[in-house]
Amino acid sequence: MKHLTMRLVPFCLTLSAMFATGALAQTAAVTNQFTLANGLTVIVKPDRRAPTAVHMLWLRVGAMDEVDGTSGVAHVLEHMLFKGTAELKPGEFSRQVAALGGRENAFTGKDYTGYYQQIPAARLEDVMRLEADRFASNQWADAEFAKEIEVVKEERRLRTEDSPRAMMNEALMATVFVASPYRRPIVGWMSDLDAMTPADVRAFYQRWYAPANAVVVVAGDVDLAQVRQLAEKYYGPIPARALPLRKPRDEPVQTGLRRIEHKGPAEQAQVALAFKVPGLDAAGLAGKAGTDDALALTVLAAVLDGYSGARLDRAMAQGADRLADNAWAYNGLWGRGPKLFSMGATPAPGKTVEQVEAALRAQVQRIARDGVTEAELARVKTQWVAGEVYKLDSVFNQARELGNHWVLGLPLDAGERLIERLRGVTAQQVQAVAGRYFGDDQLTVAVLRPQPPDPNRRARQPSVGLRH
Amino acid sequence: MPMNYTKLNPAKRWLVAASLGLHAVSGWAGIPIEHWTQASGAMVYLVQSPAIPMLDVQIDFDAGSRRDPPARAGLASTMAAMSAKGVLAGSATEAALDENALSEAWADLGASFGASAGADRLSFALRSLSYPDLLTRAAQLAARQLGQPAFAEAVWQSERERLKASLREASTRPATLAARAFNRAVYGSHPYGQELTEATLAAISVADMHGLQRSLLPCRARVTLVGALNREQADALVLTLLSRLPQQLTSDCPALPSVAEVAPLRQPAEQRIDFDSAQAHVLFGQPGFARDDPDFFTLLVGNYILGGGGFVSRLTNEVREKRGLTYGVYSYFSPGLHAGAFTVGLQTRPDQAAEALKLSRDVVASYVAQGPSEAELRAAKDNLVGGFALRIDTNRKLLDNVANIAWNRLPLDYLDTWTERLEQVSAAQVRAALARKLQPQTMVTVVLGATAPALSTP
Repeated sequence: MKHLTMRLVPFCLTLSAMFATGALAQTAAVTNQFTLANGLTVIVKPDRRAPTAVHMLWLRVGAMDEVDGTSGVAHVLEHMLFKGTAELKPGEFSRQVAALGGRENAFTGKDYTGYYQQIPAARLEDVMRLEADRFASNQWADAEFAKEIEVVKEERRLRTEDSPRAMMNEALMATVFVASPYRRPIVGWMSDLDAMTPADVRAFYQRWYAPANAVVVVAGDVDLAQVRQLAEKYYGPIPARALPLRKPRDEPVQTGLRRIEHKGPAEQAQVALAFKVPGLDAAGLAGKAGTDDALALTVLAAVLDGYSGARLDRAMAQGADRLADNAWAYNGLWGRGPKLFSMGATPAPGKTVEQVEAALRAQVQRIARDGVTEAELARVKTQWVAGEVYKLDSVFNQARELGNHWVLGLPLDAGERLIERLRGVTAQQVQAVAGRYFGDDQLTVAVLRPQPPDPNRRARQPSVGLRH
Repeated sequence: MPMNYTKLNPAKRWLVAASLGLHAVSGWAGIPIEHWTQASGAMVYLVQSPAIPMLDVQIDFDAGSRRDPPARAGLASTMAAMSAKGVLAGSATEAALDENALSEAWADLGASFGASAGADRLSFALRSLSYPDLLTRAAQLAARQLGQPAFAEAVWQSERERLKASLREASTRPATLAARAFNRAVYGSHPYGQELTEATLAAISVADMHGLQRSLLPCRARVTLVGALNREQADALVLTLLSRLPQQLTSDCPALPSVAEVAPLRQPAEQRIDFDSAQAHVLFGQPGFARDDPDFFTLLVGNYILGGGGFVSRLTNEVREKRGLTYGVYSYFSPGLHAGAFTVGLQTRPDQAAEALKLSRDVVASYVAQGPSEAELRAAKDNLVGGFALRIDTNRKLLDNVANIAWNRLPLDYLDTWTERLEQVSAAQVRAALARKLQPQTMVTVVLGATAPALSTP
């Protein structure tokens, strides 16, 4: 991202659109979707509580579409989109959005790249014009790239290299996946950033920034006819282009436990467990897949860690002889690539990562053996239903969800449908998946072994890159 | 490009947009804030926002960390965390709830309630659906948690160990260490510079938490509500929320002791902290000004231009855009009841730290000396005035703004006059205010990172 963090961590359980109650229908105007002749999709969600709007452009391209040697290029390109067009000089995009009273940023994930502006609703046309312009004609001098790649390396140092936990996670993903592009970090390996060229970035842009690979989401104090007219005017003239073939790069079946250790300057150890599990796609959401296991796994994660005092916290992180200072669980549910059910914990002082790892697995085994209570099941479902109401307070978050769902090939009402499907999950289904997916063969374990600071060790030599 | 900002009158537009939902209250031209004082002395601020069946409440007390006894620094924040870990038995029908029973009760309501401590405020926040049966139960549970927290000794012992471990972990992180050193240098012995340490953690007891909790009197509460309820319902809800705090007459509300002001810096100081990290962390600054300072609006504009305005500030332009030295560089004031710090910060590869520091110092010094250009001022106003509606376009953001009005005793039409006041700021005023508030020659500097060439004084 240009400014903020990209975490592929668990924020996504508060899934989507409104849960149909009478009270909500007043606020929740209909969400519309249409496609321009060049293949670009537009989603419009009116919400007239305040005279503001959000405009987002999402591309169905992210770090998973990169190849070895140019990891990080999707994210570098995201930075370069701020560096000019045929009409705009570097930085001018941001200056104009600021002058409109707008706020803006961009983000890159494994599955997607996104750009957004929050503006007074009266300024919607200006940002649609600006965004369409850079989507169609991003261009910059090599000298701009030479500066910005250094910014990206600083971003990597900040988020990853100086964070032992981030370094451990990077090593974990590189071990969990062998063939899947999910094995590479979104920000890219430092060596690939050092070796990246302006041509790499331009080629990625040419290859993937085609209308048929993008969705524009507009939400807030807007109406459908107005957005349709503006979309036709600014995005409509962009020529259609064929998209490259997407190679599947499927992850081969894992047939045995994998284990890694990462040493880093920390005080507390960490353990993270990643189990390969099935995910949910559009067919699964519609109930047309063979199994609803992905849904049951999401309920399982919530029973383990969906509220404070849930099972992991209670069993592991409370009392004088507790094993952990915190413990967590999360189900990946959906994404363009393979899915993981993840668990982790920070051992309490005096406890070992081995004890904590065993305790995490024991909590799943306990559910496989004894099941979950109806009270737990009702509690996590209540949280989701209430969350659907709270979600309405933020037009921005609703737009983000719509963009994300489009990238995943899900229908407009995926959020609402998901809550319906989750509400239908039974205690027996949760117990069954706890017994089905948590053996050794599909598991990868990562451990962070803290290294106390060594007063005699010389300070690390800075790695000087390709700075011009 | 000059923008015709007068086309948009955000506050007025908001009212129009929201008028279908808002129960219009005559007397206020813009955001209709209703304000009254209860018999207890509690001040209540309400914005009715009925479009979504939900409610947000914030209760603020003058019990933030600035009032922590120095030997028990961190008391307010630990008390806030512990207040969610169980409540005492109430009447015969109200059994005690341990931490798990309490969190289950909140989860079953689909609601949340919790406390947090800032430097000035100890704040409690409730979010609930506004359906009457749910909201009544949520308010009663919140009242117990606010008025009858358990502060169980065994839970505190465990929590203290957990905090100790996380303090040690934080001490391995460059950003934390740099910020600690900077705070000590800027604030000296002022409580704004105090923080939780292993020593103060060991000294904090549950008795201290009970003592702090007993100081939370209804007459000291500022309560802000935004959501789907009317004035009568809000008044009753606030009565319930505060009903288990010690009750006393408004006239008996004892004044709290005053807290000293932050002392200005007398001379520049530089700290180099050798640390083995991929980036050096650079911070410099000084005490700024308090929230009630007349320069507040002027410097809101002034700092936007220097280092507050996203990708378009002077610092970002010079340090990041032109030279690629950092991912993030920023400046900010933190006005509170006292003069919070003015801070400039960045992170960069250690061998570039001296260059980035010198550059940033030069940017600050020349800005203080010359002030903004007319074009910069226009651009800042276009963004701040034009974007005003973005500051209040959710219930949550509105809650922050109205709680700010409540806490700082600002006029009820503060949000309605905000854009006008910004428009009145001139370049000469910004320059004069910068000169009054910033002394580049006496700022303190912290550079934490691998050994780099010696720093030069400004």
